Amino acid sequence: MIPAELVPGALRFPVNLPSLSGHYDTMINATLKALSQQLAAKAVSSEELAGLYLNRIAALNPVLNAFITVDGDKTLAEARAADALRAAGQAGPLAGVPIAHKDIFCQQGWKTSCGSKMLDNFISPYDAHAIEQCRAAGLVTLGRTNMDEFAMGSSNENSFYGPVKNPWDLAAIPGGSSGGSAAAVAARLAPVATGTDTGGSIRQPASHCGVTGIKPTYGVVSRYGMVAYASSLDQGGPLAQTAEDCALLLNVMAGFDARDSTSLERTKEDYTRDLNKPLNGLKIGLPREYFAEGLAEDVAGVVDGAIAELKKLGAEVVEISLPNTQLSIPAYYVIAPAEASTNLSRYDGVRYGHRAAEYKDLVDMYEKTRAEGFGAEVKRRIMVGTYVLSHGYYDAYYLKAQKIRRLIANDFKAAFERCDVILGPVAPTAAFNLGEKSGDPVQMYLSDIYTLSVNLAGLPGMSVPAGFAANGRPVGLQIIGNYFAEAKMLNVAHQFQQVTDWHRKAPAL
Amino acid sequence: MSLTHQDVARIAKLARIAVTDAEIEAVGAQLNNIFGLIAQMQAVDTDGIEPMAHPQDVSLRLRDDVVTESDRREAFQAIAPQVENGLFLVPKVIE
Repeated sequence: MIPAELVPGALRFPVNLPSLSGHYDTMINATLKALSQQLAAKAVSSEELAGLYLNRIAALNPVLNAFITVDGDKTLAEARAADALRAAGQAGPLAGVPIAHKDIFCQQGWKTSCGSKMLDNFISPYDAHAIEQCRAAGLVTLGRTNMDEFAMGSSNENSFYGPVKNPWDLAAIPGGSSGGSAAAVAARLAPVATGTDTGGSIRQPASHCGVTGIKPTYGVVSRYGMVAYASSLDQGGPLAQTAEDCALLLNVMAGFDARDSTSLERTKEDYTRDLNKPLNGLKIGLPREYFAEGLAEDVAGVVDGAIAELKKLGAEVVEISLPNTQLSIPAYYVIAPAEASTNLSRYDGVRYGHRAAEYKDLVDMYEKTRAEGFGAEVKRRIMVGTYVLSHGYYDAYYLKAQKIRRLIANDFKAAFERCDVILGPVAPTAAFNLGEKSGDPVQMYLSDIYTLSVNLAGLPGMSVPAGFAANGRPVGLQIIGNYFAEAKMLNVAHQFQQVTDWHRKAPAL
Repeated sequence: MSLTHQDVARIAKLARIAVTDAEIEAVGAQLNNIFGLIAQMQAVDTDGIEPMAHPQDVSLRLRDDVVTESDRREAFQAIAPQVENGLFLVPKVIE
């Protein structure tokens, strides 16, 4: 048995939290960029900042459920270490800025549950590559954010720890699977957060919570230490208030890592390099299929408004077609479950994680452990994957889906011959209500229509706050770029954010 | 295609997930709905299309055949459900 003292309590705050300083409102709403400047100017210490955010988490997390684990003493220790580095003149630009990590990134000494009962007792013995990079940059861990179990879900209702509430409307889902990260940034419980995106899990919650998020090109952020869901699609990325902050955090997270066999060997880029370029002559592709039946009128209105803003900045619009868009749903729901059934076979109750209390033999132990440890959606996807990979069905399902995946990638290839970026909605509607679709998996899957094809093609995609739906819930604009066009997409988003203030709006809490 | 209760039981067995008789009905209905969605694929002509596994079509790297991991047995076994003398314990397999 694992000693109880090794398993951290859900939320632990230091007995003596630093008291709120006069900076509170300014600091809580500040961007990553602004906080790094304040720290450099020694207007605030990292310890003071960490205290401010921990206070806010203590006050608001009981309502929002955005964090699974908070360990205030650890956070303050990291903050003091960052302050010491700064005093010694050795701090990098982002040292001392607080960050929240999605509970999917293994972090040494922290519970890494991945939203599952299966890993409720798992204290990671090592760091994910993305975590190593954040630690090296001196970013201070505020805690671990809630998510759909094993990143399977679009609403955060599949978390073992209960759903996250949308800070804009507590009756609404925050989106998923990085719902805790998106809600934390929106509610100013953290200035920035990490997330992962397998079928839309950064972009869709960013859209629903009114924050900015980017999923990089597949292979740009290492998957080492990122609990695996569908390995050929999984990709980590940042969520923040602004495109500029996303660029700064992506600079930290990205980079070649030999321990991920699909990590791409490329020269390190500066993703902030093109932020200030004018958009004159930018060619925006609008896929006919993204504006067809099924898109809510108010969401379409917000997207149209954003396109009009970009035209004012000198962009031109061309109509394009992505004819196989509809097929992204069946192809994704074969490929992702197939890879998940393989990846999740590691949870056998032997080396780590949950083990059933009673069993009669080895197979019985496996079956009970997995029946108890996994939630309903995870079991469904494992079973779908098991079936499509079983003897005699491989060609009809997995191989067929991999061929359709090629057709989808070819659609984008043709489209990018005619435009620089593709714009469209992130989701067909603004955030739906908690409980609205949780009883019908297929309805839930259909809401992923505009995000899945980007993962299947391996392209970068982002969501930028662009307005509000009729019910007052945020709506994001999706920007899709060609392979390795992150700097271009961030340029478009940053220029958009210079002339709009949707990204500065925060929910009243 | 429609999965029978027997099919669902077989899939659950292959997936090593215990499913009670009471659950089979509901699980089967949900799986059938999902396969209904997936069936759309079968109408698409994919003759001559190369399957795609990695977006950049890169091949896997080879690394030098040298030890890269340090011995962290104790740290790894500290989080295991049951260990003894440095070994992971499982129920008796061979009588």
